Amino acid sequence: MTDLTELGVKALREGIAKGDFTAREAAEAFNAAVEKASALNAFIVTTPDHALAAADAVDAKRVKGEDLGTMGGVPIGMKDLFCTDGVQTTAASHILEGFVPRYESTVSQKLWEAGAGMLGKLNLDQFAMGSSNETSYFGNVSSPWKKAGSNAAMSPGGSSGGSSAAVAARIAPAATGTDTGGSIRQPAAFTGITGIKPTYGRCSRWGVVAFASSLDQAGPMARSVEDCAIMLEAMAGFDPKDATSLQMDVPNWEAALDADLKGKRIGIPREYRMDGTDAEILSSWEQGKEWLRDAGAEIVDISLPHTKYALPAYYIIAPAEASSNLARYDGVRYGLRDLPDGAGLQDMYAATRADGFGDEVKRRILIGTYVLSAGFYDAYYTQAQKVRALVARDFENAWSQCDVILAPTTPTASFPLGSLNDDPLTMYLNDVFAVPASLAGLPAMSVPGGLNSDGLPLGLQIVGKPFDEQGVLNAGLAIEQRAGFTAKPEAWWC
Amino acid sequence: MSVTRDEVAKIASLARIRMGDDALDNMVPELNNILDWVEQLGEVDVTGVEPMTAVIPNTLRLRDDQVDAIPETAGGRREDVLANAPAAEHGFFGVPKVIE
Repeated sequence: MTDLTELGVKALREGIAKGDFTAREAAEAFNAAVEKASALNAFIVTTPDHALAAADAVDAKRVKGEDLGTMGGVPIGMKDLFCTDGVQTTAASHILEGFVPRYESTVSQKLWEAGAGMLGKLNLDQFAMGSSNETSYFGNVSSPWKKAGSNAAMSPGGSSGGSSAAVAARIAPAATGTDTGGSIRQPAAFTGITGIKPTYGRCSRWGVVAFASSLDQAGPMARSVEDCAIMLEAMAGFDPKDATSLQMDVPNWEAALDADLKGKRIGIPREYRMDGTDAEILSSWEQGKEWLRDAGAEIVDISLPHTKYALPAYYIIAPAEASSNLARYDGVRYGLRDLPDGAGLQDMYAATRADGFGDEVKRRILIGTYVLSAGFYDAYYTQAQKVRALVARDFENAWSQCDVILAPTTPTASFPLGSLNDDPLTMYLNDVFAVPASLAGLPAMSVPGGLNSDGLPLGLQIVGKPFDEQGVLNAGLAIEQRAGFTAKPEAWWC
Repeated sequence: MSVTRDEVAKIASLARIRMGDDALDNMVPELNNILDWVEQLGEVDVTGVEPMTAVIPNTLRLRDDQVDAIPETAGGRREDVLANAPAAEHGFFGVPKVIE
């Protein structure tokens, strides 16, 4: 039998359905791989029994000849931002350490209903705030990749860094991620995997620990475009428990995958050619254009004039929403309570939040509190919301000239852990290419484009029109077929 | 615009985050770096632009006028609601004294 941990979502599902191996054998193989990979620190808790129970249920259904589900028997990693009934959910924070939800998030529930099982809860940047997975209370995640000739631990990207590391290391065939300003796409790019953030509203936010509610979207991370299509289909769909959930049918993205791009126009935004962008990133972008042209598409130059203002607007809007969302952590209803001797209620709030939040989370709460405060609201928050409208309008204008947009996912490849911590702004710049699509609520995906001269993966990003996940997936598939990305990291963690 | 140490202390108090002297000293330049950088938004001509409030056109729905229509968000789950409280007492959330 082949090593089951080399298989992706579709191959596992089909192997189990055909009886080449059982779901239990698959779950056992991944559970064992997870156990051996503790050096990556990708998981905050592991849940081997959850994976086995889901597998046994699928195997029993197969015996009875029942439908196994679109994710039937596939064990996945769950970002620890999704509430899971009876399993600790922390958002990688101290303030939620020990929090055990009594309910299941809509997205995870849908995955279990589709036949998936859970290997464990994946590490992330604390409250999904970070781009390197260095802000987790439970320690950094190491990328499975190393720079050629160096032994330095590299960043798996963030905030979905546990997800990207686990999928790239083949200790999970796929994982959930969430993307507020690049948190699926940037880690996917850093680790040579594929990840898609759907249109805002496609996946329910119910039961997902909130960071910035107008931006947060869940999505799949896997090792192929097809696997992402399968898993996104299982995750998406209308949910009456989320007021911003899209009341639209979920298309059958998997069945409609088509890498023939004849008649499609690919927009190349000139403003993404920024000073200081790595030369190898730019040549990978050129290569991406060639691949799409080869798939039959026409390449057109487009302009997104407000691109440079997207990131500063994001760093007002996201902290503003975060400061409001994170007000709920008060030491009263759940999570940590720090009650100094003789303290009253206000002191308890302040002590609990001082102990429970990490530095980056505090920084963003303070920024958010400031930009929403009387006297500064219009100058900062309202201005940022207007700029956001202009960023979105840039994309609307572009759609008259093109069907999807191709750009790099990140301005550089992965960097060593600890190398960008001196200045928060340098870290924020990682998401300069990812944030505009987030502000506009658009579907966007990262697919591997190759390795750089250091042997590190680079990602290519495809951004699509609202609700056109299919167009994004199809362009991603065309790149995937031509890039032939088969590189994988050496398994130093076993 | 930039913030002073006193202003950062005020913001921290509004956000209910206790900050010691060292933490304040570190936070002031960090916040000012970020605020200096977002200042560039002032360059953008936003004449006639409405601030964006919803990213994807979507209308707010009304749910059916029915008690406990969605079981997960319905009432009657006191034990579940209190299960993670640091100090649940007599079926309520316990807090330290509120009135001096």
